[in-house]
Amino acid sequence: MSGEPRPLYQRPLDFKRGRVELAHGAGGRATAQLVEELFLAAFDNPWLRTQNDAAAMPRPAGRLVMATDSHVVSPLFFPGGDIGSLSVHGTINDVAMAGGRPLYLAAGFILEEGFPLAELRRIVLSMAAAAKAAGVPIVTGDTKVVEQGKGDGVYITTTGVGVVPDGIVLDGSAAREGDAIFVSGSIGDHGVAIMSKRENLEFDTEILSDSAALHGLVETLLSACPRIRVLRDPTRGGLATTLNEIARQSGVGMMLEESAIPLKPAVAAACELLGLDPLYVANEGKLIAIVPAEDAALLHATLLAHPQGRDAALIGRVTRDPDHFVQMTTTLGGRRVVDWLTGDQLPRIC
Amino acid sequence: MKYVDEFRDRELGRGLAAAIAREAVPGRRYQFMEFCGGHTHAISRYGVADLLPANVRMIHGPGCPVCVLPIGRIDLAIGLALERNVILCSYGDTMRVPASNGRSLLRAKAEGGDIRMVYSAADALRIARENPAREVVFLAIGFETTTPPTALVIREAQATGVGNFSVLSNHVLTPAAIVNILQSPEVRTLGTVPLDGFVGPAHVSSIIGTRPYEFFAEEFRKPVVIAGFEPLDVMQAILMLVRQVNEGRAEVENQFHRVVDRAGNQKAQALVAEVFELRREFEWRGLGTVPYSALAIRATFAAHDAERRFELQYQPVPDNKACDCGAILRGLKRPTDCRLFGGACTPETPMGSCMVSSEGACAAHYSYGRFRDRPQAPLAAEMA
Ligand code: SF4
Repeated sequence: MSGEPRPLYQRPLDFKRGRVELAHGAGGRATAQLVEELFLAAFDNPWLRTQNDAAAMPRPAGRLVMATDSHVVSPLFFPGGDIGSLSVHGTINDVAMAGGRPLYLAAGFILEEGFPLAELRRIVLSMAAAAKAAGVPIVTGDTKVVEQGKGDGVYITTTGVGVVPDGIVLDGSAAREGDAIFVSGSIGDHGVAIMSKRENLEFDTEILSDSAALHGLVETLLSACPRIRVLRDPTRGGLATTLNEIARQSGVGMMLEESAIPLKPAVAAACELLGLDPLYVANEGKLIAIVPAEDAALLHATLLAHPQGRDAALIGRVTRDPDHFVQMTTTLGGRRVVDWLTGDQLPRIC
Repeated sequence: MKYVDEFRDRELGRGLAAAIAREAVPGRRYQFMEFCGGHTHAISRYGVADLLPANVRMIHGPGCPVCVLPIGRIDLAIGLALERNVILCSYGDTMRVPASNGRSLLRAKAEGGDIRMVYSAADALRIARENPAREVVFLAIGFETTTPPTALVIREAQATGVGNFSVLSNHVLTPAAIVNILQSPEVRTLGTVPLDGFVGPAHVSSIIGTRPYEFFAEEFRKPVVIAGFEPLDVMQAILMLVRQVNEGRAEVENQFHRVVDRAGNQKAQALVAEVFELRREFEWRGLGTVPYSALAIRATFAAHDAERRFELQYQPVPDNKACDCGAILRGLKRPTDCRLFGGACTPETPMGSCMVSSEGACAAHYSYGRFRDRPQAPLAAEMA
């Protein structure tokens, strides 16, 4: 046979007024049409073009890392991003924090019957743009449709595969007494962007989500400073929760300096208004780096020289502490524990 | 973090700390209660205790609206959501408050109750307008600051005929609670708990003014300093209290001139008086039944009073017997004196009222001050 296979359907999808129907997830002609006219067209790459259920790739050298992340954010579109770009960035960052160079992504969609195709297209195009900008193709995927009222528009699960170069070992249990703790930029932007949209808060300067793929920054940091012990992106639960996780994994304590933690004035103001502690508010484009003290200056300089680390700061030190407390010297000069997040004040932010 | 720097400047903090240390007479003990949860939070969050000399101690009072809400009142709200099929609107921090049978609003929501988190009373009224076929109940809690907005929506619902909207009022009064603490036998007769003065609530006082405090400054000979919520405001107030004690004065002073005056906000007071009336008594978690300490909705607005509308019967439910909140709120005990603290009782699994919100005495100590309980803090590595 030669040439393109004949389309299985007649009328193209109506991306202006059309809506997701149950048939789009049933595996029949309608599913094939949605895949071809939307997903294939947007994500276009050789693996998808085969239209097989699985993508086959050559085996890379080095250790493989794999990460998966489900996205249920509400609202779907927020200042600085949307569920599409977020789902690409989130998984790329999980792979990158293990020291991995992300190679491929897979995407699973759960769509709610009745969801406007125009919005779905906007989300898929945003995903495609994010994947392209990051240089990581979406090589396989799946779509299911649930009845109206059983979902919330769109849920997206992405899975990423990457490869860790030899000699790089990053591990949440590797922090040691005396190590320096860095954060790559201002905290709380993502969570506050979502909350202000959800609560219809208006600020003089719009607060944008920091949603971004960090694998480029990670690669730069690791090549300058291969002895980095821990990289972690402080997403849900914010800086405080992530540092507590690392402290527990490593069996250490931490002492932070509050006045060193970068925070945008608009985010600070919004947090005051919403009664949130920015230490617990989610980030989607920041990382925490823990390095041996002797590498601190080098890492700091490398961070500052990278566009994604321009506002990076040394925020504290790893201490010996049998209780694994993360503590902080406050702006006032007092001391406090920076505890784990209690409860869930901000549901559905990622 | 670099915000509201003017108020949180470390240098100013050091200056105030030095003044307090200089003026607090050695060998004399100063015990002050900050009534308000906002102050408790500021003190713990910024580590104010580290800046005070050893003989000046702060006792965390009962002024946390979530913490003082008794189990029986949450049970009423849960009953409305699960058995009467209403849309129940609640502030977020009330969602986790433990109720009977291991329940909370959050659990009731998971069980299928239509319970929605709102940021204001007005949000609840809006939900009622959007759902005319459903009964919508706003679970109103809080001290004098949150009462006027509740009064406003009740009046508006009446005026605009939003017939499906009602309020379950749990609004409570600050002065009544302070009097209750001062009149408890331990404080008044036995003198086992010398309370030497109060840091008075900022925002509450912007509504009620400073006049209501004049009574207990006189009657109980206790100085009161009204203070703002910034940590430096609190430190300034502590210094003013130390001075009053040293000089044998018991006056109402106002650190918070930015917002508070003697008469308060009379318009807000009139609005509240129009919609609400005093309850003969009300149960406070941790303090027990306190006379004339809360507000009920007046009969003129009966249609919007959830208690009347749904003929609710209040059933008091005792707190866990081992919980020492009552004694802690009166300054008799510290959180660590409670055998449940940090074990059975944590912010994730609160057994008593003081552990419920970060403004409660036990939760504040657990979340912010736990390191102080260790025999000696390990040396922190120097910051570069
Ligand atoms: S630790 Fe828990 S049980 Fe004990 S007094 Fe505090 S709140 Fe009550």
